[in-house]
Amino acid sequence: MKHVSRIAALFTLVTFLGLFCITSAFAADTIKIGEINTYSKLTNFTFPYRNGWQLALSEINAAGGVNGKMLEVISRDDAGKPGTAVTIAEELVTKDKVALLMGSFFSHIGLALTDFAKRNKVLYVAAEPLSDALVWAKGNRYTFRLRPSTYMQAAMLAAEAAKNPAKKWATIAPNYAYGKDAVKSFKKVLKSLRPDVEFVAEQWPALFKINAGSEIQALTAAKPDAVFNVTFGGDLAKFVREGKLRGFFKNTFVVSLLTGEPEYIDPLKGEAPEGWLVTGYPWYEIKTPAHDKFAAAYQKKYNDYPRTGSLVGYNVMMAVAAMLKKAGSTDTEKMVDAMEGLTFDSPVGPILFRKIDHQSTMGAYVGYTALKDGKGKMVDWAYKDGKDFLPGDAEVMQLRAK
Amino acid sequence: MGFYIVQTLTGLSDASSLFLVACGLSLIFGVSRIVNMAHGSFYMVGAYLAYFFIDKLPQGPFHFWIGILLSALAVGLIGMIVEVFLLRRLYHAPELFILFATFGIVLIIQDLSRWLFGAEDILGQQAPGLSSSINIMGSYIPQYDIALIIIAPLILLGLWLLLTKTRWGILVRAATEDREMTDALGVNQTWLFTSVFFLGSFLAGLGGAVQLPKGGADLLMDLNIIATAFVIVVVGGMGSIPGAYLAAVIIGELNAFGILVFPQSTLVLMFLVMAVVLIIRPYGLLGKEEAPEHDNAPAPESIIRPASRRLKTAGAVFLAVILALPAVANTFQLVLITEIALFALACMSLYFIMGPGGMVSFGHAAYFGGGAYFAALMVHYLHTPMELTLFLAPLLTGCLALIIGWFCVQLSGVYLAMLTLAFAQICWSIVFQWGAVTGGDDGLLSIWPSAWASNKIIFYYLAMTLCIGGILILRHFIFTPFGYTLRACRDSALRVDSIGINLKRHQWFAFSIAGIFAGLAGGLYVFLKGSIFPDEMAISRSFDFLFMVLLGGVNSLFGPIAGSAAFTWLHDTISRINLWQLILGSIFIVLVVAFPQGIAGSIGSRLNKYFRDPA
Repeated sequence: MKHVSRIAALFTLVTFLGLFCITSAFAADTIKIGEINTYSKLTNFTFPYRNGWQLALSEINAAGGVNGKMLEVISRDDAGKPGTAVTIAEELVTKDKVALLMGSFFSHIGLALTDFAKRNKVLYVAAEPLSDALVWAKGNRYTFRLRPSTYMQAAMLAAEAAKNPAKKWATIAPNYAYGKDAVKSFKKVLKSLRPDVEFVAEQWPALFKINAGSEIQALTAAKPDAVFNVTFGGDLAKFVREGKLRGFFKNTFVVSLLTGEPEYIDPLKGEAPEGWLVTGYPWYEIKTPAHDKFAAAYQKKYNDYPRTGSLVGYNVMMAVAAMLKKAGSTDTEKMVDAMEGLTFDSPVGPILFRKIDHQSTMGAYVGYTALKDGKGKMVDWAYKDGKDFLPGDAEVMQLRAK
Repeated sequence: MGFYIVQTLTGLSDASSLFLVACGLSLIFGVSRIVNMAHGSFYMVGAYLAYFFIDKLPQGPFHFWIGILLSALAVGLIGMIVEVFLLRRLYHAPELFILFATFGIVLIIQDLSRWLFGAEDILGQQAPGLSSSINIMGSYIPQYDIALIIIAPLILLGLWLLLTKTRWGILVRAATEDREMTDALGVNQTWLFTSVFFLGSFLAGLGGAVQLPKGGADLLMDLNIIATAFVIVVVGGMGSIPGAYLAAVIIGELNAFGILVFPQSTLVLMFLVMAVVLIIRPYGLLGKEEAPEHDNAPAPESIIRPASRRLKTAGAVFLAVILALPAVANTFQLVLITEIALFALACMSLYFIMGPGGMVSFGHAAYFGGGAYFAALMVHYLHTPMELTLFLAPLLTGCLALIIGWFCVQLSGVYLAMLTLAFAQICWSIVFQWGAVTGGDDGLLSIWPSAWASNKIIFYYLAMTLCIGGILILRHFIFTPFGYTLRACRDSALRVDSIGINLKRHQWFAFSIAGIFAGLAGGLYVFLKGSIFPDEMAISRSFDFLFMVLLGGVNSLFGPIAGSAAFTWLHDTISRINLWQLILGSIFIVLVVAFPQGIAGSIGSRLNKYFRDPA
């Protein structure tokens, strides 16, 4: 016994010494970018995202970098904790001397970094977090966001949902900020388009802990014509299966946020719901030269098809490169100025970072789900440009923090 | 009518899933007293393996059930391997220390599962012949729900027969009642433990496998289920299998009907039930009062003595290094050390009730997060200056600890720990749900130090002064009459009682003192980070503190500092690498094997002779 613990102690010592020696070799003339995301959780989204920015990075550097300098991304895992994310941000900025920060998935981590950016005057380009507060209530000079926000995506769905005759609506959303924001925005936009609709029930399962059977029962009891669903991931799978078994979807029109994204619809395979109105990413049917090029390069490099995360990762890296080119400097103030009003070409078309609230106009695909060859697909979809689904400038000015 | 019948059945089928996970945990705890964190991981692995077995087996009428059984057996074997190669080496270490080792396993299984099973969520197969639903007066219930409702009582019956009618079962029950006596009667404990661990893991795997048609497999399953499983076990009474079933039914049904009345209740209902049950029935619904262990005092416990002159000198040198550090370290290192110091203070307060107090808390994040939120709310709404905030926040947290502690000190052992967990979860859900005031999970932002302290070096000195001061005060408390009484309360409740000391009151005050200092750490934390989110009150934060204390060693006053430094620094360093959880988990396990008394404890006992005052 004593022997084992001696060996173990020795082993520990060696490991510790080894850890002290970990240093990355940096190329001399690079622009360093700090990247933070939740790589140890929600990997179904963050791994394709990482592939996306790595593809963009290799393309940028293969083309000679930006302003004669190669880009170098230092990527870190925040383990899904905002406190950790702030520590890492501090480390990236003060120790690794990165020029700017990008990334993050969870809204609360995005908000923590937003605040960090404001205080430390560091540019932060948020990739995925959807929270409206990120650019509005808690928005600041140093924070920009790429992905269409909860409000934008809910508004896109509400505009389409208003065409459906359904009058009695119910909602089901995970019990946290994203779910609450989405339901609030959807209600607001739908009510403004269709004053005659009424909302008869709300269900709030805990995130990733849904009791799908009971929730479906509770929704059924309210007898709605239509349901707005915000659950995703494992919760969505359970919701779909229980709903089908319990005959809930037979006469109910379902509007569902994010469900058309490959991350969430593909695991459902042959059980993917049909006829749901969703936002998503029908990569298999988008036939524009820019997207073809992206999809082909992605499939060649990873031997896998792109997900929404891939697109977001690719776009955020491209946005940063375009900004660095425009700024011609890594001075934060100059980069922020370059970011405001920046336009760059992406696989989904030109995207603009609005000066007024630092939200990008990247849009989303809205369509209906269908089963094709035993897989869930989007049909009758259209790309909705983000700029058409943002509130008017006067309202934005009111929403945005002074 | 049909609706209520179906809702009841739905609740029952949820209860069945819960029972299957919880019964194995209860069994393992009953015999070995191990709080097995890895139980949720076994559950997850069971789900993944069953999916792949069912996928690969030739289709037939039984392939689904064979796949489930194979997966459960495989998980049982994994559990056995873990027991034989790791846990068996640790039975001489304090029981809580084993909890820490099982946490290492959780981390390892996390990364291994991602690597083996892929990052994507998996939707489970339907059971052949049970893939449609039954109409009950206009409401539908899936056939598989009915199957689950039948399976769980069958397993319960099987376990009951196994435990009451077989020789093995009798030995297991004997070991549950009195381990030492079974040992003395010549029962081979080693294999008894191994077989129990096999059965418990088998049941965890089975639980994961049979829920496939209700959902699937994903990488968050392990941590999502473990808290629920513990609640079931505790509500039912630890070690009681029928109790676990009863608890599962109560919680399943309350959940099913609770969401009809109050849809937001999903977050907290379970923990409310646990708190109420523990307050009314301190040993769970069907649990029995734990028979006192014969070796009441933990074996290697060396009595903590005031610092010797040499130790004081060493401490002074250490202090000087800390104070001189800003001259050589960069800003980030200072921030990291500040963070370590905050955690060290929080850990010291936890250590204060755990070590000298002998009360384990699974809910210390309630005070850390509580202090942080009190501070953040004051700054946000009342615009109090930092100095006043840092004075008031700990006091308010102390009041919170007074309330929580009053209930908790009525219990002891694991039940006390679980009650603290319940209260912490209730606090967490209040903060999480009450978005209008606390910002919900969007948190409170822009809470920064006063202008004079906003420089990172000055904030470093401020934090160091408060943290080291706090740690020294707590240390001082241990050597006051109060501290000595507290230790006496831990070591012999009976004797303390017979000399007229009010045991509960001492423990209660200890709780509040711990709350005050954890609150101070929390308050400082807000000003360090600039923002606060409910995560800081969540279960994972409570366990972080517990692990830091265990890593440092519960028998050493220097333990909390060593533990928080090692834990925080390792996290920061290793999280740069892919598969870092695998590496971190392995390091934790190696540390547990190498330093069975914790880092500071083991080193301390080696170096003790150098620091003793010359006689």
